[in-house]
Amino acid sequence: MEVRGVSKRFDATIALADVSFDVTPGELFGLVGPDGAGKTTLFRILTTLLVPDAGSATVLGLDVVRDLWAIRSRVGYMPGRFSLYPDLSVEENLSFFASVFGTSVDEGRSIIAPIYEQIEPFKDRRADALSGGMKQKLALCCALVHRPDVLFLDEPTTGVDAVSRREFWDLLGTLKASGLPILVSTAYMDEATRCDRVALIQQGHILAVDPPAAIAARYAHPLLVVHANERHKLIQALRDYQHAISAYPFGDEVHYSDARAGVATADIVLELRAYLAGKGFSGVRVTPISASVEDAFMELMGQPEPVTRAAA
Amino acid sequence: MNNLTRRFGSFTAVDSISFDVRQGEVFGFLGANGAGKTTAIKMLIGLLAPTSGQASVAGFDVASHADDVRRHIGYMSQRFSLYEDLTVRENITLYGGIYGLTDAEIRDRGDALIRELRLESSSNERVESLPLGWKQKLAFSVAMLHQPAVVFLDEPTGGVDPITRRQFWETIYGVAERGTTVFVTTHYLDEAEYCDRISIMVDGRIAAMGTPAEVKQRFGAATLDEVFVRLVRPPAAQPSERA
Repeated sequence: MEVRGVSKRFDATIALADVSFDVTPGELFGLVGPDGAGKTTLFRILTTLLVPDAGSATVLGLDVVRDLWAIRSRVGYMPGRFSLYPDLSVEENLSFFASVFGTSVDEGRSIIAPIYEQIEPFKDRRADALSGGMKQKLALCCALVHRPDVLFLDEPTTGVDAVSRREFWDLLGTLKASGLPILVSTAYMDEATRCDRVALIQQGHILAVDPPAAIAARYAHPLLVVHANERHKLIQALRDYQHAISAYPFGDEVHYSDARAGVATADIVLELRAYLAGKGFSGVRVTPISASVEDAFMELMGQPEPVTRAAA
Repeated sequence: MNNLTRRFGSFTAVDSISFDVRQGEVFGFLGANGAGKTTAIKMLIGLLAPTSGQASVAGFDVASHADDVRRHIGYMSQRFSLYEDLTVRENITLYGGIYGLTDAEIRDRGDALIRELRLESSSNERVESLPLGWKQKLAFSVAMLHQPAVVFLDEPTGGVDPITRRQFWETIYGVAERGTTVFVTTHYLDEAEYCDRISIMVDGRIAAMGTPAEVKQRFGAATLDEVFVRLVRPPAAQPSERA
């Protein structure tokens, strides 16, 4: 896939602004960003459902505007949220999608097998009676049954519990191993680490394109985990500290980032400990850490403002 | 709640759950898809009658006084909150009226809400034009307009950017400190750590409950993620998932 300067607006709202990146064969590529960032709009352009206002894109070497029919027969697409027929059974949904692409479930059986075996016990159940995790697995089968040459998955794990999400990504790993290029979008920052490369996207703009470890490594400031006896007050105290850039909760930890570039981390640790002791905190522990993709995304996105999208 | 149970025919969706939530507590109600969370919440907010057992919310029995329950709670979910084609102001006026507030209350609380969220320049914009994170914050504030004793938040931060997610939780802490009880479900297990206490539902029953620290210690786990995986997909079990 090659995306070059793609822009798209809807009336006054800018959905995508000058988006460019490549996806190489056999790559598991993640488009990571919150809802409203432009992920679905970009997917619709790449699957030939929408035309860009500016820029160009190719999928499998074919132009998304000129060669749309050639692309459509070779693409597997799982759109966001629920894309199945609720009143058809698992088996019926699969047959339907196979027949739309001029093939049959039997012909597609070998590629969908590792996924389908997890839902096969429920093959006569109506799709709307499945749990979220099962629906996602069925939707994935329906996107694969015609043996596509590239796979687009738009937020496949949204609204699904943590365990089902993990299993879904295990399945993607199996598919990738078979050589299928996959473009996945997600708002879950932790899923970025399961991709070969990711593009971080926010409000229609690409913030970075790199392997997840490289994005995390680009974090520009010293980052430390801070523990103390009262977490809520701790966060406030850290934000009041003169050198603070940010202090945010991360699960049961607090991540603190410091504005100073040239100061040794060991010195920052000592100074922070002294500052917090002076504020009356006990049980203080300060530990330097490496940034995660989530830390990096938060650093790159800046402060969210309540402006409407036209002004963004 | 006490042995709260709900059956649909031969299927038991919620199987005799019992626990208390204290006033001003931030309680995280977790579980896998299909574990029975949604059914349990529907009973607690007075939308579905229990098959057996009992629950009271904000001092009212959910079976005999469902209307009173609904009047004294706030509710916010991703799928069900504000009217997208109405402006910020219009939504406040509409919900204020539904909650039975006076015109003066609607005006004063509306002004305060708009100021707190820094939405002054957008107050006459349609909600659909706001970024998702701001819709969520606004929906939460509107659910709190009538100052309910208990507020139910159903996956309030789904899909929202990581900074706005955390700001939302700061707002949650703020209302809890002022005495509102917050009952929240989330798929983000890092957010479960922000709760005072959590419960994890598996197959209609409560499989774990306590503070995040207590639950992790009981299962010998470093994170709630580990606990969750262990409870929801025990390694030796067959795929007996309730699909």
